[in-house]
Amino acid sequence: MTDPKITQDFGFATRAIHAGAAPDAATGARNTPIHHSTSYVFDDAEHAASLFNLQTFGFIYSRLTNPTVAVLEERIANLEGGRAACAAGSGHAAQFLVFFTLLEPGDHFVASRNLYGGSITQFGTSFKKLGWHCDFADPLDPETFRAAIKETSKAIFIESVSNPSSVIGDIDAIASIAQEAGIPLIVDNTMATPYLFNPIKYGADIVTHSTTKYLNGHGNSMGGVIVEAGKFDWAQNDKFPSMTSPDDAYHGLTFYETFGDFGFTMRARAVALRDFGPALSPTNAFMTLTGIETLPLRMDRHVANAEAVATWLEDHPAIAWVSYAGLRSSPSFKHKNKYFRQGCGSVFTFGVKGGFDAGIRLVEGCTLLSHLANVGDTRSLILHPASTTHRQLTEKQQIAAGAGPDVVRISVGIETVSDIIADLEQALSKT
Amino acid sequence: MCNLNYSDRIIRQVLEQTTTIAMVGASANWVRPSNFAMKYLQQKKYRVIPVNPVISGTEIHGETCYAELAEVPGPFEMVDIFRRSEDAGKIVDEAINLKNEKGIKIIWMQLGVIDHAAGARAEAEGLTVIMDRCPKIEFGRLNHELSWSGINTGVISSKRPRLAR
Ligand SMILES: Cc1ncc(COP(=O)(O)O)c(C=O)c1O
Repeated sequence: MTDPKITQDFGFATRAIHAGAAPDAATGARNTPIHHSTSYVFDDAEHAASLFNLQTFGFIYSRLTNPTVAVLEERIANLEGGRAACAAGSGHAAQFLVFFTLLEPGDHFVASRNLYGGSITQFGTSFKKLGWHCDFADPLDPETFRAAIKETSKAIFIESVSNPSSVIGDIDAIASIAQEAGIPLIVDNTMATPYLFNPIKYGADIVTHSTTKYLNGHGNSMGGVIVEAGKFDWAQNDKFPSMTSPDDAYHGLTFYETFGDFGFTMRARAVALRDFGPALSPTNAFMTLTGIETLPLRMDRHVANAEAVATWLEDHPAIAWVSYAGLRSSPSFKHKNKYFRQGCGSVFTFGVKGGFDAGIRLVEGCTLLSHLANVGDTRSLILHPASTTHRQLTEKQQIAAGAGPDVVRISVGIETVSDIIADLEQALSKT
Repeated sequence: MCNLNYSDRIIRQVLEQTTTIAMVGASANWVRPSNFAMKYLQQKKYRVIPVNPVISGTEIHGETCYAELAEVPGPFEMVDIFRRSEDAGKIVDEAINLKNEKGIKIIWMQLGVIDHAAGARAEAEGLTVIMDRCPKIEFGRLNHELSWSGINTGVISSKRPRLAR
């Protein structure tokens, strides 16, 4: 069970529009219908039994599978060059599905310390209550991952390019460390999208997304997805009993034996999604599918605008520093050139010389950029973490989290770039 | 070493050419993959004949089970091997011996079943060999059914799909 058995003959832009979708078999409808149905009729009792026991393909109940959501799942699996995908109601829910499928109580994993703050809290605080333990390592120093691996470690988790400070780790080296340890590498590819980077090409075994961000791209729907590369050998050691031992709830079915290179996805769906229920709404799936159709166009524009804004900020007298992997000054610049030839997204941080108060005045002074807590929207967004998302932390904790008093986070949208810069300019003049 | 990357064209051809499958290692236990793969393939209008010495003479899904390939009456184009890789070679050799008598054209080894040497012997005898795949999964994949579970089928078409078989 080595290669992922996939025909990827079409170009990325073609797959962004077509993968997973086909004209409706019954009506010929060309766009993907929104199937707002909770449930699906069985042909007879025998058919129902086969479906419930995962013995045949088909729909039962939309907590498990839904025809509109399935199109989104296949679309993202295809764009990532993966074998299969399972969607969830948010990016955080998707992460939960991954770890519930991988970990037993008492297990451990190693995560990058440069992650979306919500993920640091999920891993470091909430997961603890389930008996899952996480240590954090430095993605720019891969050996720190090796050092953090223990007997009970079951995975490594990194962001391809991090939110918010645009850190790109040495992904090749981290992938080798995971491989040597016999554990999967999980990459959150939210901030890059499969258009800018394919983690599976560099050794990721599982990819996660918050589709809430660039994939949807219009700030209109929450969503998340997990993608399985189909290359990991779950039977190479005894670390993954949920994949390799019979499941009582399915009459002794063994997921890896039965489903092979998409067994992880089946397990995440048939156990974690079934039993905890964070299913994606078909309307959200539809909105996200529509967004993905223009992903390549939008990402090119996001990157071009971000590079212009970052360069302009770096030269501005009121700005102390800019942390964007696309700038020469970034410690991630060499990794950006190695892994991200077409750019590294449009979310980054910068420091205002005037500190905490100047940061607040800047975000409050913007009249085009929106002051809110999201990223990856068509609209340009700006946030002062120390006074909002990271307000509860002490100053020391804020600095450790990359959210010190002077830090401002920006998500550069796809508006006319001179308008974005003009808004920043007038707002900075008030700091 | 045999190539384990099979083009969609080859797999489609194999699935379209086949009408009868001898399934070696078929299980009477309804929760075993061979049992429900057999049932699925029957629903897709394949005739599937179980081969398993431990339960020969009994019936699975309405078909009599035989002890070995040579005992199966009448022709079958495909031998589907639901056994461990170590046991595949012997079955492949039996199939090679019977290929003219039974009209065997395809050796199919299930997910996780790989024997490169046996595969090479069968190919040298003009048989088509597929390893480390499941015909149920491949049928479902090429006929859009696998898409229902978010699996990447690699299939893109602007034509309205015809429901399988
Ligand atoms: C990189 C990253 N991963 C995961 C998440 C969590 O996703 P969601 O908000 O959809 O639950 C976010 C959200 O900001 C994110 O930026």
